[in-house]
Amino acid sequence: MEKMPRWADVVLIPLISLLLAAFISALVIVAIGEDPIAAVKLMINGALGSTYGWGYTLYYATNFIFTGLAVAVAFHARMFNIGGEGQAMLGGLGVAIACLYIPWPHWTVALLAAIVMSGLLGAAWAAIPAYLQAKRGSHIVITTIMFNFIAAGLLNYVLVNLMRPAGSMDPASAKFPEPTHLPTLYDMLTPLGIKFSKAAPANVTLFVALIACVLVWVLIWRMKLGYEIRAQGHSESAAKYAGINPTRIIIISMLISGGLAGAMAINNVMGEAERLVMNATEGAGFIGIAVALMGRNHPFGVVLAAILFGFLYQGGAELALWTDIPRELIVVIQALVILFTGALDNMVRMPLEKVFLALRKERG
Amino acid sequence: MDFITLIQVLDSTLRLATPLLLACLAGLYSERAGIFDIGLEGKMLAAAMFAGAIAAVSGNVWLGLLAGIGASMVFSALHGVASITFRGNQLISGVAINFLASGMTVLVAQSWFGQGGRTPSLFAGGRFEPITLPFALGPDDAEAAGMSLSKLIAQSGKLQQVYSELISGHTILVYVALACVPATWWLLYRTRFGLRLRAVGEAPEAVDTAGVSVIRMRFAAVAICGILCGVAGAYLATGLQAGFVKEMTAGRGFIALAALIFAKWRPWYALSATLLFGLLQAVAVRFQNIEIAGITIPVQLTESLPYILTVVILAGFVGKAIPPRAGGQPYVKEN
Repeated sequence: MEKMPRWADVVLIPLISLLLAAFISALVIVAIGEDPIAAVKLMINGALGSTYGWGYTLYYATNFIFTGLAVAVAFHARMFNIGGEGQAMLGGLGVAIACLYIPWPHWTVALLAAIVMSGLLGAAWAAIPAYLQAKRGSHIVITTIMFNFIAAGLLNYVLVNLMRPAGSMDPASAKFPEPTHLPTLYDMLTPLGIKFSKAAPANVTLFVALIACVLVWVLIWRMKLGYEIRAQGHSESAAKYAGINPTRIIIISMLISGGLAGAMAINNVMGEAERLVMNATEGAGFIGIAVALMGRNHPFGVVLAAILFGFLYQGGAELALWTDIPRELIVVIQALVILFTGALDNMVRMPLEKVFLALRKERG
Repeated sequence: MDFITLIQVLDSTLRLATPLLLACLAGLYSERAGIFDIGLEGKMLAAAMFAGAIAAVSGNVWLGLLAGIGASMVFSALHGVASITFRGNQLISGVAINFLASGMTVLVAQSWFGQGGRTPSLFAGGRFEPITLPFALGPDDAEAAGMSLSKLIAQSGKLQQVYSELISGHTILVYVALACVPATWWLLYRTRFGLRLRAVGEAPEAVDTAGVSVIRMRFAAVAICGILCGVAGAYLATGLQAGFVKEMTAGRGFIALAALIFAKWRPWYALSATLLFGLLQAVAVRFQNIEIAGITIPVQLTESLPYILTVVILAGFVGKAIPPRAGGQPYVKEN
């Protein structure tokens, strides 16, 4: 017998956690001498009040959908992939290789190639920690943290010594050639007669991200492999008795996870910067953790949570621009969301369970 | 490379290894008691900010140190409540603490001092000053000789070079950190408290059966972890540098975590591991790209080596790193 109805688990608990996080964030804003209500108004106006704001919100959301899905897939196999950041960096390298060294005739082919390359490199970066977890029992959390740092070192080396154009001081690759530039929402919506901001970076990758959500849903809930992944996540020993090979599941789910994180690069590297720079990921790999926790590891929830964080990111940037509230406020909110929906889940859950049990007893 | 350069590199190794050592020992207490802590970085950062701020405001470095320890302890308490009381996921709690510290330090420092998320530069009294040991060359001798201290030391005999440059002339916290190693060893392996602490990390049910509170032991371990992270962070802001700057821990909490695995959760090995990683940092700072036998070793490789070495160790190719058996699992009392 379930202690709580399903809707409480899926909707009520995340909502309460979110409210707690919002409440404490408001306290923080008050403590630094600013007005939280004015701040929220400014954020809503800046992030959702114009097509420019929406363009940025959706751009950030696209990043977070990829990294959120990445963390979610690994969570289903009960693995905590903190390496999304490093995998996304490697994905960026894959995009840069695909875009810089092959003369593509059209962006559609270039996009396909970039998806493949970024996914492959992201997956490759997850493969070693996955193998070590599966075969040698090395804790995946620690190894993926280490791989984030190694990825930063590797990227630094590649940008400074290999990809930097001659004469440039900036540790960044050359600009990608014109045919690899992805159409933005402005390019796509203008022919349809819809006015959209030209300056905003949201681009066709948004739809790739949504397709990825559908594919992940099909994988996890409609395919045998997804069933095996979830079985392994629920109980490794039970899965083993059912003839599921844990090594295979650990490695496959981590490869998918790494590939999804890597594919984020088609948005930020190919779609926005149109060249590879240092720190292109801007912490999106870590936000994936908050997004997956909030979205309850379901692609639909991940999309909602990603849009929420996209809103926070764009709204936070507006706050930093117009008030004395630094951009780091978003990091605090992100931390509070992870804290309440992840680590302090039981703090919200236990009293709620008691309430529902009491209600059920009353009804007899 | 001449002798004095070597001594200077080792000297800066010692200085750079100090925060790593303190954080590594902090993690050792926590993880030996069965509480994984990937929030070392965040706790150090919070401590660095508050130590820098209070030292700047009061002009007293000792008050700064206390404030740093206090800030770190608050985060430790949060980790304890999340992972011990509410049996939450310790890794997720650690991640949250790191982000919370990363954001809050800038927010607080910015609203307090308005200098772009840093604390004001510290002057004499607000910093830990180098201590000149007896018979070592110090700033007074340099003044008397009318030349800089490093030049004076370079001109002296080899033994004096080692003594004055490497052993003498560090801040008190460096010596404190070194003293923490035997102290930790003694506490863990020679006292009843240490036995119980190690036991709650290996077999909490046995400790519980013996009538000792697992919850209380684990909270004690997490508190010690907070104190040591606090000292480590305070050292960064008031010893190694003069004031707090945004993200000044720069991954040291994770290197300390790496060192802890490298040391296989033992105090003396923690000293060697952190000295090794400190040496790598010192070499990266001083030499940038190194040429050995015609092959250039890029500075990025030197900087990434702690992480690579840890992965190799974790992979079990060079000895096996086995974490405490009950690590990461909340303890649920049997009925």
